[in-house]
Amino acid sequence: MIPAAFAYHAPKSLTEATALLAKLGDGAKVLSGGQSLIPLMKLRLTSPPHVVDINGIQGLAYLKEADGFLRIGALTRESDLDESELIRTRYPLLHDTCKVIADPLVRNMATVGGNLAHGDPANDHPAAMLALGAQVVAVGGKGERRIPIASFFTGPFETALEPDEILTEIRVPVPPAGSGGAYVKMERKVGDFATAAVAAQVTLAASGVCESAGIGLTNVGLTPIQASRAEAALKGKRPDEAAIAEAARLAAEAAQPTDDLRGPAEYKKDLVRVLTTRALRRALERATARR
Amino acid sequence: MEPRTTADVGGMGHSLKRKEDPRFIRGRGTYVDDVQLPGMLYLDIVRSTHAHAKIVKIDSAKALAVPGVLAVITGADLAKYNLHWMPTLMSDTQMVLPVEKVMYQAQEVAAVLATSRYAAADGAAVVEVEYDPLPVVVDPRKALEPGAPVLRTDKKDKKDNHIWHWEWGEKAATDRAFTEAAVTVKENIYLPRIHVASIETCGCIAHFDKIDGKLTVWMTTQAPHAIRTVFALVAGHVGLTEHKIRIISPDIGGGFGGKVPVYPGYVIAVAASVLTGKPVKWIEDRMENLQADSFARDYHITAELAANKDGKLTALRIKTLADHGYTDAAANPSKFPAGLFHVCTGSYDLKAAHVEVDGVYTNKPPGGIAYRCSFRVTEAVHTIERMVDLMAHQLDIDPAEFRMKNFVKPEQFPYKSALGWEYDSGNYAGALQKAMDTISYAELRKEQAARRARGELMGIGISSFTEIVGAGPSKHFDILGLKMFDSCEIRVHPTGKAIARFGTKSQGQGHETTYAQILAEELGIPARDIQVEEGDTDTAPYGLGTYASRSTPVAGAAAAVAARKVRDKARKIAAHLLEVAEDDLVWEPGKFSVKGAPSQSKTIQDCAFAAYTNHPQGMEAGLEAVSYYDPPNLTYPFGSYICVVDVDAGTGEVKVRRFVAIDDCGNIINPMIVQGQVHGGLTMGLAPALFEEISYDEHGNVQGGSFIDYLVPTAVETPKWETGHTITPSPHHPLGAKGVGESATVGAPAAIANAVVDALWHLGVRHVDIPITPAKVWKLLREHGVRG
Repeated sequence: MIPAAFAYHAPKSLTEATALLAKLGDGAKVLSGGQSLIPLMKLRLTSPPHVVDINGIQGLAYLKEADGFLRIGALTRESDLDESELIRTRYPLLHDTCKVIADPLVRNMATVGGNLAHGDPANDHPAAMLALGAQVVAVGGKGERRIPIASFFTGPFETALEPDEILTEIRVPVPPAGSGGAYVKMERKVGDFATAAVAAQVTLAASGVCESAGIGLTNVGLTPIQASRAEAALKGKRPDEAAIAEAARLAAEAAQPTDDLRGPAEYKKDLVRVLTTRALRRALERATARR
Repeated sequence: MEPRTTADVGGMGHSLKRKEDPRFIRGRGTYVDDVQLPGMLYLDIVRSTHAHAKIVKIDSAKALAVPGVLAVITGADLAKYNLHWMPTLMSDTQMVLPVEKVMYQAQEVAAVLATSRYAAADGAAVVEVEYDPLPVVVDPRKALEPGAPVLRTDKKDKKDNHIWHWEWGEKAATDRAFTEAAVTVKENIYLPRIHVASIETCGCIAHFDKIDGKLTVWMTTQAPHAIRTVFALVAGHVGLTEHKIRIISPDIGGGFGGKVPVYPGYVIAVAASVLTGKPVKWIEDRMENLQADSFARDYHITAELAANKDGKLTALRIKTLADHGYTDAAANPSKFPAGLFHVCTGSYDLKAAHVEVDGVYTNKPPGGIAYRCSFRVTEAVHTIERMVDLMAHQLDIDPAEFRMKNFVKPEQFPYKSALGWEYDSGNYAGALQKAMDTISYAELRKEQAARRARGELMGIGISSFTEIVGAGPSKHFDILGLKMFDSCEIRVHPTGKAIARFGTKSQGQGHETTYAQILAEELGIPARDIQVEEGDTDTAPYGLGTYASRSTPVAGAAAAVAARKVRDKARKIAAHLLEVAEDDLVWEPGKFSVKGAPSQSKTIQDCAFAAYTNHPQGMEAGLEAVSYYDPPNLTYPFGSYICVVDVDAGTGEVKVRRFVAIDDCGNIINPMIVQGQVHGGLTMGLAPALFEEISYDEHGNVQGGSFIDYLVPTAVETPKWETGHTITPSPHHPLGAKGVGESATVGAPAAIANAVVDALWHLGVRHVDIPITPAKVWKLLREHGVRG
C-alpha cells in the first residue's frame, strides 16, 4: 500500500498543464479527485513517474445552465452535485447517480470529470451521461474540442482524450418538459462498484408517447454501454408495462458481462433486465410528474 | 438486577461510561504503529505469487541497490540459526521463511530491512523470485483422494494430506438411534473461510538491547504472557531467556482471535533486531492481513438429525472435513483439535450424538478459528440450528414450537450433554419466549402468509444457541501445556485508590471499565479510583490472555477472588481500628460497621490508610492480593435470536428487516458494554451470513483478499438491532457472570440463514450456504421458477 516514487507537478493554469502533459507524454497521469488513481498507485497497479495535479487550476469547478446545456466543470465534486438544488430538481438521474458513487468521504473528493476520464466501465457517471446524451469538452495543445459521449469511451480504461488533453467540462442538454430520469444500481455493499446498474432518461410528449429515451449500462462490458436498441424500442411508443419489458429485454441483450466475484454473467444480464425495468418505471414516474 | 452499589461507586449493573474511551475518541490511543523509537528500521515482506511452488532462486541485487535498503532476509539466512521453521500452537510446524518451497499464495518469501518504510517497500517490489510451480491442492476432499500431491514433503514418511482424525461421543448408540428413528434429515453445510478484518492489522516493533541482552517487543497480541513463554521456548537456543523478554501489548484495534497466533513477520522482526541491535518495525498492510493471517471456519460438514414420531429429537451425527491450510496453526486448547465443536448438541436434549472431524492440509494459509467464535462454536451452532430448523420444516411444525418442545428444560440443569459437557445453567424457553414476544412472532407468521399469497418473499428465522466459554478448567484446558487459568493482582494505595493488573488483554472490550466495576462491587472503592492495567509482561501477573470470551469468566473471577482476599485483610484492620472482633463487623460495599452500632464504622479507604500507617502488630503492612483463578467449569451463555428477512425476487438481495436478540450471559457487569458487545457481535454475525468470504480458484489464487471483494458490512447494510436479555446466573462463577463477547457472532448467522430458507421453503428450497449472496439467491429463485 505504498506507491513507488513519482514526481509531483501542480500547474496553475490549463495552458501550463497541457504543456506539461505534452512534454511528459505517457509518463504522466492527471490527478483530479484521486479516488481511483491513488489507490491504483498504492497497490502499484500503476506507477506513473509523473503526477500532474490539476486541483490548483482555478475555474474548473462549477454547475450552471447556459446556452441550452447543463455545464459541469470537470473539477466539480460529486458532493457538489449531491448538494445542488439545480441537480436535485432538474436532473434526477444525475442526483441518483452521485448518491450511489462510493461513499460520502470519497464523494467529497471525487470529481465528475475524473469519473468519466478514468474510462472505467464500472464507474457510474458514464452510463448516466450516455443516457443523457452529454458532450465532453477537452482542452489540449491544439485547443478545445467537443466529444460526443457516445464516442468518448474507446476501450477499457481508454477514452478519446489525447495524451496532452484535459477534460474540462461536461455538457448535458437541458431536458425539455416531460423529461425524467433515474439511476438504479445493484451493489453488494455500499461503496462497491455496481454488480450492474442502469441509467434511464425519458421524455414524454403531451400525448403520453415516449419522445426519446436514453439507456446506459454500468459494469456489464469492457466499456460503458449504450443500449441503443432498447432506446429505439421505446421511441414513439406508449411506455406501458409491455413496452418497458421489451426495452428491458433488449437492454439485457446489449449487456456483455463476464463472471467475477459479483456473480456469473447470466446473473448480471438478468440484473440488467430487472434494473432497466425499475429505472424506466421510476424515470417515467418522474417524467409524468414534470409534464 | 438492581445494582448493590451507588452510581458513585459504579459496581456491577451500572452502565458506566468506558474509562478507556476518552483517549480513543480523541485519537490518543497508543497502538503498535504509534510507537516510534530512535534509529528504528522497517521491515517489508515479499510474498509468494504462487500457491505451491519450488523456490529456484531469490535475487536480492536490485533490492540491495535501493537507497536505504540494508538487507534482504531469506529462509536460508534464518536456517543458519535454525529459525526458518517454528512450532504452531497445535504442535504442527510452520515456516518463518521458506528454504525449499512455498505452500500458499501470499506466503512470506523474503523480508527487506530498510531505514524507512518507503525504502523497504521499494526494495520488496524489486526482489526477484524465480518459482517452479508445483501442483496445487485447494479442495480438502481432493486433498484426501489417493494420488493427490503430498503437500508436507518436509515431514518424513508423510504419505498423504490427512492431519488428524478426531471423534467424540457414542457411535454405536448414535447409529442405533438413527436406525430406530421415525424421521431423519441430512444436509451438507459448508462454512466458508472468513477473516476477522480487525481495523488494526498485525505488527510489532522488536527491540533487542545488545548491552543488557533484553528483548522488548511491542506487539499486536491478545496473549502477551503466552507469547513470551513461546519466544523463550522457541528461541532459547539463540540466547533469548524468559526474564530477558518483555512483551508489551499496547492498545489493540480489534483482535477477535486473529491476534493470538505467532506470525512469521513477528519472528523475522525479532531476528532482524537481534542481529542488528536496532529496533525493527513490521506492520502489515490490509491485503497482507486478509491474505496471510489466521482465518476462521472452512468446515465441510455433513450433519444428520433424528427424531421420533412425536417430533422429539433423539440423535445427532456429524462428519466434517476441516481445511487447515498447509499447517494446523489453529489456536485451540491443545487437547481439542476441533476446538469445542462438540457442543454441537446445542440447546436440545438429545440422547445420543457422535461427531467426527478430519483435519486436512491444502495450499492455503493456516489458521482455523480466528473470528470471535469461541473455538469452533459458531460451526457447532450453525449446524444444529440449521438442522433443527430443517427438521421442524420437514415435520411441518412451527420452528419456535419445535424448539420449545426439544429444549433442555430449566430443571435439568446442571445438564450433562450427550457429548459430555456439563451445562451450568440455562432457561432456553424463557429466552425464546421473550424474543417471540418482543418481535410479535404470531403476527409475523400471519403477515408472512399474507405476503406469500401475494407472491412476496418474506422469511422468519430463529437461532436458539448455547455458547460455551471461559476456558478453562486446568484438568482439560491448556495451550502447549500452559493451563488456562487467568489472573488479577490488586494493590490498594494508602489513600484508598488502587491499581489492578491482569493476565488478559483488552482489544476494545472495555476491560479497564469492566474490571474496575468488579473491584468496585467487591471492595466499594469507586471504579474511577481503580486503575486497570494489562498487556505488559514485566508488570502484569501471568495469564493466558483474552480470546474465546474468557476474560470475564476467568480473569473477572480472579478479580472477585483477589478483591475478597483484600477485603478479608481489610476486615482484620477494621476490627483492629474499631477494637472489636472480626465477627462483630458487617460489610456493605465500601464499609465495615459494628453489628448493632452502625455509626461505628470504618471505610475501605480508612482500612487502606491504616494498612500503611497503623496496621496491627503481627500483620504485614500493605493491602494487596493476587489470584490465579482456575475455573471449576466452563460457563454456558445462551440466547434466542429471531430475524425477519425480505428477499428481492428480481435481484436476489436479502434485506434483514428486523432482528431481535435476547441474550443471557448471567449476571451483567456493565449493561451498556454488554449491549455494545452484542451489537458488534451481531454485525460480525451478519457479515459471514450475507457478505464475507475468502475463496480460492483452482490455482490457489486468493479471491476476496482486499476490501474491494472482502465485504465487511457498513452501517448501511446493518439493520437496527433490537436487543434484550434474560438473566440466569452461573452457579459456579463468583459473580454469577458468564461472558458475552462472542455470543452474538456465534448465534446470528443461523438466524439469518434460517430466515432465508424459511422465505424460500414453499418454493422447494431446503438449504443455502453462507454467505447468502444476491447471486446465490438469484440462482435458487430461477431454479425454482421465480422470474422476478
